[in-house]
Amino acid sequence: MARLLFLGRLEDIAGADARVVAVPGVVTLAELLTMLPPGLAEALAGPKVKLALNGVLVSPADVQVSDSDELAFLPPVSGG
Amino acid sequence: MVPDVRLALESFDPAAEFTRFAAAHDDAGGVVSFLGQVRTGEGVEALELRHFEPLTLPGMRELAEAACARWPLAGMLVVHRSGIMHPGDPIVLVAAAARHRRDAFAAADFAMDHLKSDAWFWKRERAGGTWRWIEPRQQDYRDLTRWS
Repeated sequence: MARLLFLGRLEDIAGADARVVAVPGVVTLAELLTMLPPGLAEALAGPKVKLALNGVLVSPADVQVSDSDELAFLPPVSGG
Repeated sequence: MVPDVRLALESFDPAAEFTRFAAAHDDAGGVVSFLGQVRTGEGVEALELRHFEPLTLPGMRELAEAACARWPLAGMLVVHRSGIMHPGDPIVLVAAAARHRRDAFAAADFAMDHLKSDAWFWKRERAGGTWRWIEPRQQDYRDLTRWS
């Protein structure tokens, strides 16, 4: 099972801070998003959402997710 | 010089941190600090900052190292909370020590501008019993361009 993490406001849209998805083989980001509810998939595909695969930032085009991977969706940050 | 950069999961004492930092850099002629704290009034009951373990602290260290590379500093301190805070609680303490005060002011200002809108934190506040995520204001993004 791949583990998806939702940071910030994405947690509210997903209804949880994490979700596991059964991934057949290796999937791209677009393929992964089709396995999720449309409203959530749309929010995750937003242009300001950054991605970290197993804790390392990756560009959306480079995402290849397989079982045991962890993919974090990182919306715009706000600190201080 | 290695900057002192910490992610605080529990409340911290900014006065004690500042006193210790200034004493550790008594060779520096100027020490500048900035303290961000949860506002009282305005109906905010609580503030929560979330972080992402693999990126947040490494990103804070890179930021402090960038400040150290840009200005001649004797010391740099960054302490940033993650977790739930209440009005009056400290959120972030930045301090810079330098031979000359302008370098210290600039380094602390640079660090704060980046912590506000370019560090791996997510912030929400609770008012009237409801949590609401806070995104940076346009001004926060404009502030970043001062340093590019």
